[in-house]
Amino acid sequence: MNKPFAITLDRGSSRLNHTGSWRTLRPVYVDHLPPCNATCPAGENIQRWLFHAETGDYRAAWEAILADNPLPATMGRACYHTCETACNRARIDEAVGIHAVERFLGDLAIRERWPAPPPAPATGKRVLVVGAGPSGLSAAYHLARLGHAVTLRDAMPQAGGMMRYGIPRYRLPREIVDAEIQRIADLGVTFELGARVDDIAEAMRGFDACFAAVGAHLAKRIDIPAPDASRILDAIGVLRKLEQGGDAPLVGRRVVVYGGGNTALDLARTARRMGAADAVIVYRRTQAQMPAHDDELREALEEGVTMRWLSTVKQLGEGEITIEKMRLGDDGKPVPTGEFETIAGDTLVLALGQSVDLDALRAVPDVRLTADGSVEVGPDLMTGHPGLFCGGDMVPAERTITVAVGHGKKAARHIDAWLRDRRVEPAAKHAPATFERLNPWYYSEAERVHQPQLALARRQGTFEEVHGGLDEQTALFEARRCLSCGNCFECDNCFGVCPDNAVVKLGPDQGFRIDLDFCKGCGLCAKECPCGAIEMTPEQV
Amino acid sequence: MSQTVRFYQTATFTVGNRLLDPARRTVQASAERANAITSGHRACQGCGEALGARYVLDAAMRATGGDLVAVNATGCLEVFTTPSPQTAWQLPWLHSLFGNAAAVATGVAAALRVQGKRTRVIAQGGDGGTTDIGFGCLSGMFERNDDVLYVCYDNEGYMNTGVQRSSATPPAARTATTPVIGPEGGNVFGTGKSLPLIAMAHRLPYVATATVADLHDLEAKVTRAMTVHGARYLHVLVPCPLGWGHPTDETIQMSRLAIECGVFPVFEAVNGEVERATPIRRRQPIEAYLRPQKRFAHLFAGDAVDPRVARLQALADDNIRRFGIGGPP
Repeated sequence: MNKPFAITLDRGSSRLNHTGSWRTLRPVYVDHLPPCNATCPAGENIQRWLFHAETGDYRAAWEAILADNPLPATMGRACYHTCETACNRARIDEAVGIHAVERFLGDLAIRERWPAPPPAPATGKRVLVVGAGPSGLSAAYHLARLGHAVTLRDAMPQAGGMMRYGIPRYRLPREIVDAEIQRIADLGVTFELGARVDDIAEAMRGFDACFAAVGAHLAKRIDIPAPDASRILDAIGVLRKLEQGGDAPLVGRRVVVYGGGNTALDLARTARRMGAADAVIVYRRTQAQMPAHDDELREALEEGVTMRWLSTVKQLGEGEITIEKMRLGDDGKPVPTGEFETIAGDTLVLALGQSVDLDALRAVPDVRLTADGSVEVGPDLMTGHPGLFCGGDMVPAERTITVAVGHGKKAARHIDAWLRDRRVEPAAKHAPATFERLNPWYYSEAERVHQPQLALARRQGTFEEVHGGLDEQTALFEARRCLSCGNCFECDNCFGVCPDNAVVKLGPDQGFRIDLDFCKGCGLCAKECPCGAIEMTPEQV
Repeated sequence: MSQTVRFYQTATFTVGNRLLDPARRTVQASAERANAITSGHRACQGCGEALGARYVLDAAMRATGGDLVAVNATGCLEVFTTPSPQTAWQLPWLHSLFGNAAAVATGVAAALRVQGKRTRVIAQGGDGGTTDIGFGCLSGMFERNDDVLYVCYDNEGYMNTGVQRSSATPPAARTATTPVIGPEGGNVFGTGKSLPLIAMAHRLPYVATATVADLHDLEAKVTRAMTVHGARYLHVLVPCPLGWGHPTDETIQMSRLAIECGVFPVFEAVNGEVERATPIRRRQPIEAYLRPQKRFAHLFAGDAVDPRVARLQALADDNIRRFGIGGPP
């Protein structure tokens, strides 16, 4: 201890002085749940696959989608993308075009013939899937990947369900559906098509479990007086017949569609393409109450479809249809006004919703139904009958193909657990990555790029696809608009802005570590993190 | 409709970017940066000066291949880095007095030249050591065009001695020597000086201003300054949580707001002429900058906003007009 006057420390670097002892708040790296992921009914990890797409590693991005959803090219077209409605980027300029990037990846995979990742070793278990719509296909795919032997049965001659027999071609070309279904078949799933299942209890024999997703394809009808009942058609029947070819259904020159859902719009737009001079949609409520999506409505109007809001159909005459005007009551429900009007119309097409065909379930013991005629399932999607799971449009939920795909994945996971005598332990949900947690300063100005649209003239006469895809550069641009909400994307901000060099860079894909010997807890790293992936937490004293 | 990918997600604004070629990332993004001021120094939490000095010196170290010596004026920077017998400096570093850093640097540069060495010299100090105490020596270094880059880390006051006013303290700010007493408390209007403009009046080959809020800009300016010989001046705004009274995690945000409201124009000048001034990206009212700072709290303490806020706004607007940096309001 031979030190100069008033000196108590050893000579050396300031690193001998551990300033970490000053700290009352500690920065902690967190992963928060981005709004896109939180709202995706198929449970896609969108933020993660965009992260891969940003580097141009499209294969990794596509495989990240495939972990949750076997139909990216289909979904990139037909999904109503709740992710984009929730996207935080909308608060800066416009939401990231997630669906367009997904479609780009899906189309690229088809073009490059990328196979699905190989399945797990065979388990020896056999699972029957009834219904080859999006939900059944999704379940079959996930079950096959888990190593189970899957048989997929459907009454129709081709697989796809509503993706083939409901959604028109101009929204979803059939070669896309075919290619994505083929990939599932290539996993070893046995397809039995044109094989209607009349009794699931009977069909389940010889299988260890069953997932039924027969959809909801019985058109709801109402009685409307008409001189000739053959002039009243149902929308889903027309769309199905159109797909099956043969006698193209004659919808007439002046078509009136009754209903306000997406099927009504699909039918009206289809009628225009089949040569109808007029396609009028009659809906008894207002535009704001219409269940159809805004984009679909806008495109229908562009194509010359006309709307009669607040109207109901009363009766059919010769070449004309009588409608009654409605007004909104105090409770927001439509009330008849007693005021009538006739509009020109040769054919009335009903698009009033669909109900579930429950015939095949009648003989299955312990299956309970809900009041509105769908099948009651538990949180694991199992019915009261052990080993029988249901999903898609036949259980109470929003009826979209994305929900259906999500059900398929969920059911597969629970069926797998059930077959192995285990339980699915859901992972705890991360806290939401809200816009308020971001530091948007760091994101550069980048206006969204929209997909090209087919010329209007061709949208009125042909079934060519309306929306074009993004080219590679544009898809990359759009992917890079992602803010990576709540998840580190290695921008080095924390590493750069620390006045104490207390952030350690661990290398690509490894992220960062806080050196607690020196971190004083100023919070600059957390504040300047663009995506809100650092949280200041009180030190335990 | 094809879009050219001309930026990288967070583009020019974040420190690094995994999508960029490492050669195009900032010095601070590199794990191999010099860390001219290493950990364990005693700067306050969220110190802007510790950050600014590391940014400048690390960039200069890269630009000179590590062949660099720094001469330091007395000030916070010295007190928090070099309490004997420890030091945070990881480059050759010299201290003399509060007022003579520029003169010492002149001597160091001359001695190195005599020895036939190509080592570059940086002199650095706070606003007190630069705009007040060391001003005479600095002006001499400027007019002789000595081969030194002088860097002023401006935190607008004498902070380590207890937050006294300097000639860089803005009007209306409360300091220990401009207390809030009477109706017009705080620093008076019509005082102070702009050292970058004074430096330009010496017709230096290179004068620039920068902040810790725009790292890319700061590093580019240091790098450019090191390509030039002769007397050069860089003025870096470094917010001080202690003296300004803003939260420790808002140091960078304060620099950003200082730029965005026009209080601190960011520019480069060559041979006494402004060559380029950075346009404001998202213009902010002066109030957004003043309100988070306790040194201006008295302006917002009454029922009505103090009329001096409007006078400060007018000063900021005048900067925006002079340098032509007006963004959309």
